[in-house]
Amino acid sequence: MIRDITIGQYYATDSPIHKLDPRTKLAGTMIYIISLFSTKGILGYILGAIFLLSIIKISKVPLSFIVRGLKAIVILLLISVSFNIFLTPGEVIFQIWKLKATKEGIIVAAYMATRLIFLIMGSSVMTLTTTPNDLTDGLEKALGFLKKIKVPVHEIAMMMSIALRFIPILIEETDKIMKAQMARGADFETGGVIKKAKSMIPILVPLFVSAFRRATDLAMAMEARCYRGGEGRTKMKPLVYKKCDGIAYSILFIYLLCMIGLRFI
Amino acid sequence: MSIKLEHINYIYGNDTANPVHATNDVSLEIKDGEFVGLMGHTGSGKSTLIQHFNGLIRPTSGNIYYNGKNISDEDFSMKQLRQKVGLVFQYPEHQLFEVTVFDDVCFGPKNLGLSKEEIKEKAKQALALVGLDESYYERSPFELSGGQKRRVAIAGVLAMEPEILILDEPTAGLDPKGRDDILSMISHLHKEKKITIILVSHSMEDIANYAQRIIVMDKGQVKFDGTPKEVFSHYKELEQIGLAAPQVTYIVNQLKEHGWDINTHITTLEEAKKEILKLWKQRKHI
Repeated sequence: MIRDITIGQYYATDSPIHKLDPRTKLAGTMIYIISLFSTKGILGYILGAIFLLSIIKISKVPLSFIVRGLKAIVILLLISVSFNIFLTPGEVIFQIWKLKATKEGIIVAAYMATRLIFLIMGSSVMTLTTTPNDLTDGLEKALGFLKKIKVPVHEIAMMMSIALRFIPILIEETDKIMKAQMARGADFETGGVIKKAKSMIPILVPLFVSAFRRATDLAMAMEARCYRGGEGRTKMKPLVYKKCDGIAYSILFIYLLCMIGLRFI
Repeated sequence: MSIKLEHINYIYGNDTANPVHATNDVSLEIKDGEFVGLMGHTGSGKSTLIQHFNGLIRPTSGNIYYNGKNISDEDFSMKQLRQKVGLVFQYPEHQLFEVTVFDDVCFGPKNLGLSKEEIKEKAKQALALVGLDESYYERSPFELSGGQKRRVAIAGVLAMEPEILILDEPTAGLDPKGRDDILSMISHLHKEKKITIILVSHSMEDIANYAQRIIVMDKGQVKFDGTPKEVFSHYKELEQIGLAAPQVTYIVNQLKEHGWDINTHITTLEEAKKEILKLWKQRKHI
C-alpha cells in the first residue's frame, strides 16, 4: 500500500557501488552535484547523463526504481520550469494572456529541469545503494572535524540513524494497523475529505501509541547497554578506505575535471 | 458455508531484487463449523495465508471462493466478507484507539452501518462473550492489563458477529492464566456459538487440545492436512520443518520403545493419562 516511497529506501543487491565506503558515495554525490552546477552547454549535460547512467548500470538498481523517486519532485519541477519559461526576458516565442514565453526562458528551463532531475537521480543512487546505517556512519566520520567546534556530531548521527531505522518499522506498523481496522470494516477509500480525515484516527492513535512504546523500549535497551553518547565510543566495524574507493575517487576526479573543462570549449 | 482456496500464490516484492514467494500453490477448503489449527514456523506463510480469507490481500494468482462465490468478482461485497470472516491479528491490542472500551468495540458494527441500538446491543454481547462486565465499559483501553486489552480487541471483531473467526496467535505474550482464559473462550465460541474457528498457533499442546483438523504450512506450501492424530504421527517430519508434536506424543512413543504395548496416536494429556493408567492396572493384575 505505502510502498512507493523511494527516498531512504535501500535496494539490497550486490554490486561494486554497494561495496564502496559510504564516505566515497557521499563525496561522489557531492562531486556530481557540483559538476552539474559548474558545467555549461549541452556537452556537459550529455557527459553528466552518461556518467549517471553508467553508475546506475554498475549499481544494478533497476532504472524504473530510480525514476520512481522523481515523482516526489514533479510539482516542484513544473513550478520552476514555468517560472523560468515565462519570467526570463528575451525573444518572445508565444504568449498566453500576459505571460510571455521566451526562447531564452525555454533553454534555461530545460537546463534547469535536467539539472534537477539528475540531481535527484544521483542522490537516489546513493540512498538506494547505501544502508541508512552506513550512511549515517559515513556522515559521522566525514563530519567528525566539526566536533572540534563542539558540534555533537555523534549524537546527531545517532538520532538520524534511529529516525531512519524507524521509517520502515512505522510503515510496516501502519500497514498492519490499517489491515486490522479494515478487518473490522473500516473504509479508507470512499467519502469526502472530512470523512477520510476522520477515518485516519483509528490508524493514527495506535500508530502514535506504538511509536512511543518503541521509543521507550529503545531508550531502555540503549541504557541497559550503557550507552552514554559518543565520548570514547569505538565501532564494531570502523570505516576503512579500500582499493576500490581509491579507484572511485580517481574516476570522480577525472570526471569533475572533464566537466569543468567543458566550460571552456 | 465454506471458504475454498484454489491454487493460491502470493509473491511479496515482485518488483524488487529478491521477491518472496509467501504462499505457493495452496488449495484447501474450510468447512462450516470446523475448528482448524494452522501451524508453521516463522516465515512459513501462514500469516499471509490467513489474510487471503477475508480479502485483505489479493493473491498474485489463484481464486478464493466464499460460499461458492469468487471474492475477486466485481460485484462481490468486501465489506460483507469482512463481517462474515472475522480476523484477529497478532497482538490485536495494538489496534485499540478509542477513549473507552465500549466505544472501541462499537467500531466494527458502526462500520457496518447499523442503527445505534443494534450497535450497542452487539457490543454488549461481544464484551459478555469475552468475559468483560459493565464495570469495564467506560474505562480507557490503554489502562487495562495485557490480557484484558486482548479481550477487548477480540470483542471488537466478535461484535461484527462473524461466522468464521481467524485468530493469529491469540495467546502470544500472555501469562498461563490469560492463555487458558482466551483458549477456553475460543472453544466456547466454537461449541456454543457454532463459529468456525481457524487458530494459528505455535503451541502444539493448544492445537492438540482444541483443533479437529490441523493444517501444517512449510515454505508457503501445505505440508500436512488432517486430524491431530494423523498429523502428529508424522512427528519426525514435523521436527525437520522446525515444529514438534505435543510432549505427550513423545512420551507415549518412548514408552512404546521401552516395550509398552501403548497406543502411540495420543495427542492430549487427558488421553495419555487414561491410556497409561489402563496399562498400569493391567500390569498389576498380572
